[in-house]
Amino acid sequence: MSAQMKKDGGASGLRVVNQAVPKVDAQALVTGKAVYTNDLAPADCLIVKVVRSPHAHALIKDINTVRAEAVPGIECILTYKDCPDKRFTMAGQTYPEPSPYDRLILDQRVRFVGDAAAIVAGTSEEAVKRAMKLIKIKYEVLEPVLDFRKAKDNPILVHPEENWKSLCPVGADNKRNLCAHETSECGDIDAVLASCDYVIDRVYHTKANQQAMMETFRTYTYLDTYGRLNVVSSTQVPFHIRRILANALDIPKHKVRVVKPRIGGGFGAKQTSVSEVYPALVTWKTGKPAKIIYTREESLIASSPRHEMEMHVRLGADKEGHIRGIDLYTLSNTGAFGEHGPTTVGLSGHKSIPLYGKAEAFRFVYDVVYTNVMSAGAYRGYGATQGIFAVESAVNELAQVLGMDPTVLREKNMVREGQVMPAYYGETAKSCALDRCLARAKEMIGWDEKYPCRDMGNGKVRGVGVAMAMQGSGISGVDTGSVAIKVNDDGFYSLMIGATDMGTGCDTILSQMAAECLDCEMDDIIVSGVDTDTSPYDCGSYASSTTYVTGMAVVKTCGTLREKICERGAEYLGCPVEDVEFDGQQVTNLKTGESISRKDIGNKVMCSNNEALSASEAFSSPVSPPPFMAGIAEVEIDKETGVVEMVDYAAVVDCGTVVNPSLARVQTEGGIAQGIGMALYEDVVYNAKGKNYSNSFMQYKIPSRLDVGTIRVEFESSYEPTGPFGAKSIGEIVINTPSPAISNAIQNAVGVIIRELPMTAEKVYWGMQEK
Amino acid sequence: MEIQFILNQKQVSAEVGADTVLLDVLRNLGCKSVKCGCETTNCGLCTVWVDGKSRLSCSVLAAGIDGHEVTTMEGVEKEAAEFGEFLAGEGAEQCGFCSPGFIMNVLAMLRELKNPDIEEIKEYLAGNLCRCTGYMGQLRAIQKYMSEKGCSQTDKEVQA
Repeated sequence: MSAQMKKDGGASGLRVVNQAVPKVDAQALVTGKAVYTNDLAPADCLIVKVVRSPHAHALIKDINTVRAEAVPGIECILTYKDCPDKRFTMAGQTYPEPSPYDRLILDQRVRFVGDAAAIVAGTSEEAVKRAMKLIKIKYEVLEPVLDFRKAKDNPILVHPEENWKSLCPVGADNKRNLCAHETSECGDIDAVLASCDYVIDRVYHTKANQQAMMETFRTYTYLDTYGRLNVVSSTQVPFHIRRILANALDIPKHKVRVVKPRIGGGFGAKQTSVSEVYPALVTWKTGKPAKIIYTREESLIASSPRHEMEMHVRLGADKEGHIRGIDLYTLSNTGAFGEHGPTTVGLSGHKSIPLYGKAEAFRFVYDVVYTNVMSAGAYRGYGATQGIFAVESAVNELAQVLGMDPTVLREKNMVREGQVMPAYYGETAKSCALDRCLARAKEMIGWDEKYPCRDMGNGKVRGVGVAMAMQGSGISGVDTGSVAIKVNDDGFYSLMIGATDMGTGCDTILSQMAAECLDCEMDDIIVSGVDTDTSPYDCGSYASSTTYVTGMAVVKTCGTLREKICERGAEYLGCPVEDVEFDGQQVTNLKTGESISRKDIGNKVMCSNNEALSASEAFSSPVSPPPFMAGIAEVEIDKETGVVEMVDYAAVVDCGTVVNPSLARVQTEGGIAQGIGMALYEDVVYNAKGKNYSNSFMQYKIPSRLDVGTIRVEFESSYEPTGPFGAKSIGEIVINTPSPAISNAIQNAVGVIIRELPMTAEKVYWGMQEK
Repeated sequence: MEIQFILNQKQVSAEVGADTVLLDVLRNLGCKSVKCGCETTNCGLCTVWVDGKSRLSCSVLAAGIDGHEVTTMEGVEKEAAEFGEFLAGEGAEQCGFCSPGFIMNVLAMLRELKNPDIEEIKEYLAGNLCRCTGYMGQLRAIQKYMSEKGCSQTDKEVQA
């Protein structure tokens, strides 16, 4: 039975999809098998390390490598003089990339503390470290741009170079420190706000956050039999890495092969080619295998964190609490390079404003600016997280002004199924259970009993707070997933995907979908990870695309393959194809009852055959159906110290049909835990000269199991008619509610409104003192 | 200097410097389950057992291991797989990179504590960070594993 035929029945009647099957790679992972990049790297790899700039902005005047090169075991020391003077972007995006071409592998101008100044490769870690100390670099130190509010049109330019290039019309201008600028609107927002009974006018500030996946950035490279550059890397975007490396090294794309092993987490960090270029350059220059393993410190000072954003929200409503207009200006800090700068910012408005479907008008304006701190990048939520913190916080402030329960205010205004969302590219919410999500989250937490707060009588007070969220499912009209399935001897299937399992489980859920479509067991299907030489093209795993986009490619491919199996079966049975049916095990002539098994077909096509029994289809969607969710936090605040402790978190998600309930649940719990870190602790802190202080897990604190309280997750499924089996995405949306919900809980508990993350004990304490 | 120690019940030797850490020695000896996540003893990924007790191998000097006994997941693979099945049942291994260190500490906990409650479990495993799962699934896996083990022990007693 095809996926299309099951649409009326929603998730019911599914055999493999919607089941909590364990991940196909689970056994290897839980027994510590050598499956990650550094486990697989050959023992004779050159060790590659990067000498990093101590200055936020400087020109390299001279590099003396003579003494360093004399260290025994040193293979090469590379400087900007050894790199092509052709700019590229490290952003893993579909070509032509919206991110500007503003990078060189090594540049004479260094743009942040930690920027690459030289590459050292040698036979041992000790030799490389010794050589790094002996390299003498003379810098002409320049004034940096460190305040992102002063970056636009600042006389100091981060990218004054003439060969800086923007491929897409994103409003970028390097002579203004501008990485992107855009205005979008619908209706007359100024007139609507002028006629509103209440206008909330506030500024919110979210900070850079580190993805802090447990496996840091790492890559190894070698030349193969054919003299091609082979790259094994912990990446979310193997096909984009092929293009990025060809651009960076200025070599033809056919010279590059990228293989993705198991990955120890990504969360967007590995949607930028943070580590690949360095060993690639060494191998290309020396012909020898090379590897780079980022230390945690490097991963925290020279990587691709969330864009810091400042958001000015104006939110207008009438006396009854009908939200009539939203005006949002976002200023985003892309840091020294523009990776994901022009695109993350768009989500801050396009995935926050549409939550309020009935508004008469909106306006969304943004600027993205260059500064001399590490480049930002993609991090789960990708701008939506920041925008939702601002808009949801403003809605919570409106509730307070109106004297209204914030859940009731949302019930009046939230987007509902069938509504057109003008701020979401004019798309219609064809599947939306947000109303049910909020209702269920309220029940789970006991909202009506607990709102707004309860004094615990021991100096502590507990408050509850609410937020809603949405995201997308892939980038509409851009993201492309393709899948190939072939029938092998004994009829087992090879499922070949270009989508990147980074722990998220896409190898598993795509196999589930294939098994469902082909009416077979998951054991009948083997799935192969990504090898750009052999895998069908997939843009990679980002933008919440895999379940929806690549999932639909699986459904399409299976449909085509079933037809081919029927044709072949009919041929072997000697009857017209119209007379046969394939039930997953055998092709049967419905007129005679004669049948041939899939096993026999698989074996027969390996003898005297002129047409391969395989299928491959691609899928790209003109729409990006949003998943929705409601999150309610219960926190306990120490009235004396301002310390906020998580007590309980109730989250209800509408990701359409849940393809794998246990994986979806764990994704949600994990996203909420990351969101709790963002809300309460995580902050990338720079000193006055641009040095990053948050350079270890002692400074950059991610939540431990003692910090997250209890996280409870349920699903309220809608049915997305354009998705595989009715599914939408789950990966990113789940990080979006904690910051605004926890802020609201603090507001409801102690009356303190914190508009800048993270919401530390100090901020809560001083907020209580000011009252 | 050369050190000799027992690794997963086999006598091994290694040439180490004064500042070599156990983590590097173990990986060089082929124990690839041992992962490095932070270098600053904050993440728990490099957890192994030294003389049966959990230690962070990134902060143990290899020179001090001479004459001691070290166990990595390669040495308790069957037990790891047994608990790992429960972890996988919850989908709570996710990327899997923290799983070896986490599982080593879970197995150490179950040797050390008798029927730990939720707070004791959280406290014992506080040093094992995980960025994927939000910890809830790990807790469910531990509870289910404990209850299963409890049952099977009872069964054995009944049979005896």
